[in-house]
Amino acid sequence: MAAKITVHSLTMSYGPTVVMHDLEFEVQDKDIFVIMGGSGCGKSTLLRHLIGLEEPAKGSILYGDKDFTATDPTERGDFIRRFGVMYQSGALWSSLTLGENIAMPIEEAGKLPAHTVRDLVAYKLALVGLSGYEDFYPAQISGGMNKRAGIARAMALDPDILFLDEPGAGLDPLSARRLDDLILQLRDSLGSTIVIVTHELASIFNIATTALFLDSATKTQGAVGNPNDLRDHSDNPAVRLFLNRGEAPQTKS
Amino acid sequence: MTSADTHSPRAIWQKDGEAWTLELAGDWRRDGAPVEVTGNAPKSAATRYKTDALGSFDSTLPAFVFALLRSIPAEKHKAPSLEGLPESLRGLLTLALAVPEEHGPPALASPASAIGRLGHLTQKAWGSMIGVIHFVGETSQSLARFITHRARFRSSDFWMVVQECGVEALPIVTLISFLIGLILAFVGNVQLANFGASIFVADLVGIAMVREMGVVMTAIIMSGRTGAAFAAHIGSMKANEEIDALRTFGFDPFDFLVLPRLIALVLMMPVLTIFSNAIGILGGMMVGSFVGIPPVLYWNETLTSVDLTNSSLGVIKSVFFGATIAISGCMQGMQAGKSSAAVGEATTKAVVAAITSIIVLDSAFAAIFTLLDI
Repeated sequence: MAAKITVHSLTMSYGPTVVMHDLEFEVQDKDIFVIMGGSGCGKSTLLRHLIGLEEPAKGSILYGDKDFTATDPTERGDFIRRFGVMYQSGALWSSLTLGENIAMPIEEAGKLPAHTVRDLVAYKLALVGLSGYEDFYPAQISGGMNKRAGIARAMALDPDILFLDEPGAGLDPLSARRLDDLILQLRDSLGSTIVIVTHELASIFNIATTALFLDSATKTQGAVGNPNDLRDHSDNPAVRLFLNRGEAPQTKS
Repeated sequence: MTSADTHSPRAIWQKDGEAWTLELAGDWRRDGAPVEVTGNAPKSAATRYKTDALGSFDSTLPAFVFALLRSIPAEKHKAPSLEGLPESLRGLLTLALAVPEEHGPPALASPASAIGRLGHLTQKAWGSMIGVIHFVGETSQSLARFITHRARFRSSDFWMVVQECGVEALPIVTLISFLIGLILAFVGNVQLANFGASIFVADLVGIAMVREMGVVMTAIIMSGRTGAAFAAHIGSMKANEEIDALRTFGFDPFDFLVLPRLIALVLMMPVLTIFSNAIGILGGMMVGSFVGIPPVLYWNETLTSVDLTNSSLGVIKSVFFGATIAISGCMQGMQAGKSSAAVGEATTKAVVAAITSIIVLDSAFAAIFTLLDI
């Protein structure tokens, strides 16, 4: 059976500047796949490539056995509707309330009775700990709450694949822990595949089934695998150093 | 029951002694049939759920149960029973119910009564007036620092603004001024030709351009172009906390942001006004040549009516208009909220405030010049 996402020989660049080259990995169904690496190494750029906001300089991205990078705009639209994306800042629409931010994609996806939309909005907000905040505008709540509301919006349509860009950054420890529980629960209950960009180590070890390390020094993928295995047994010292918070890397056993 | 009925989502309330049971059945999908609820919901929550006939589900099912639990007052203060629900559903509902609901409106709602609304509007107007006084005060202090060489701003920023509100505004000022001169000449000629006095079109266009139209049209163009740009730029900086960053490093945002814009626009407005006057007269001259007035004759007639006093009135006004546009734009930017919608609102307010102020100021100038018999 084909992997949920297959990235093959992917090279990402901005103009003549190569960000990463020859990335090669697979994301399996119901995986919680973490993209990690130092600041500025290209984690968010990789995410933007995966959701079709950037075109690869070389290589391909397959969803199932279908080449996403070779799709026409109509096909791409069908793919994108299966995705839920949370951007780094939350990216909520500032002229809409939190409730309207979540209701808009639900209403766009199909005709539903108003009370069902209302119930869905209330439930999605409650899932991220924002029960009762339907009538607040993004400017009236904190950055962390904006981020959580962004996650609620990303989950609005029960996406097949959920992409989260640094969801835990800026959250208090309890909210971060709650977010980890939510991610695990979404995977277990709704069978979602989840791709997360993060460098929150606690979160990585808590939830990730597979982790991809992007090495900014070599502009290639440093390693891919289970984060605990990578921390203790990776061939790449940069990976072990990263996953051990800069402590002296353990020797490979 | 047909196959379609079997799959349609159903919620059935049943009383079993003192306990209530909610049976959930069918496929609960967003793109499926609407939910059919049988029986009345109790005042207290179901103590048991029955899900033997439950098919597939998406978020519509937990959303339904969540709304139910939230709607029952008795359930708001204790952990509700989720007995009988599938494990996956229990996990999601436990998470959703973990944080209590926030109550109360996010912002002060407008009072319902007419007197209340009037009071609310008065408070807002008073707040705006205080804001204007505060801004003008801060700007004056900044100007005083500039005159005494104590103001700090980057000269490159100043020259950049000069370029933006000077040279880069020339194409639009040229187009509008030329068309205004053209329109004035056409309309004037229609009337004056009846008296065989077409030559006085040159007087009409010349005086109208240098006293009023040149400066007012330039000011309106600059309000929409440069004033809006000032508000949007400074408003975005505020939303991104760039202004807070300036303050924390000891830079006065008025010196750094308002001063270069104010000085640049006050310097550029007279230049643009003189340019606009000349182009407007050129537009009139073109119409004149169409209706049989030779350009040399037109030019000589213009010189007899447009003297130095007339010419200087528009230029004097342009200095004040420039200051008004800069202050409106910068003030709305500095007072903008911290969202992209607030930046848009600030931009709109800046343009409206600038154009209104220009018209009011122009009326005041007209009255003063009449009193002075100029």
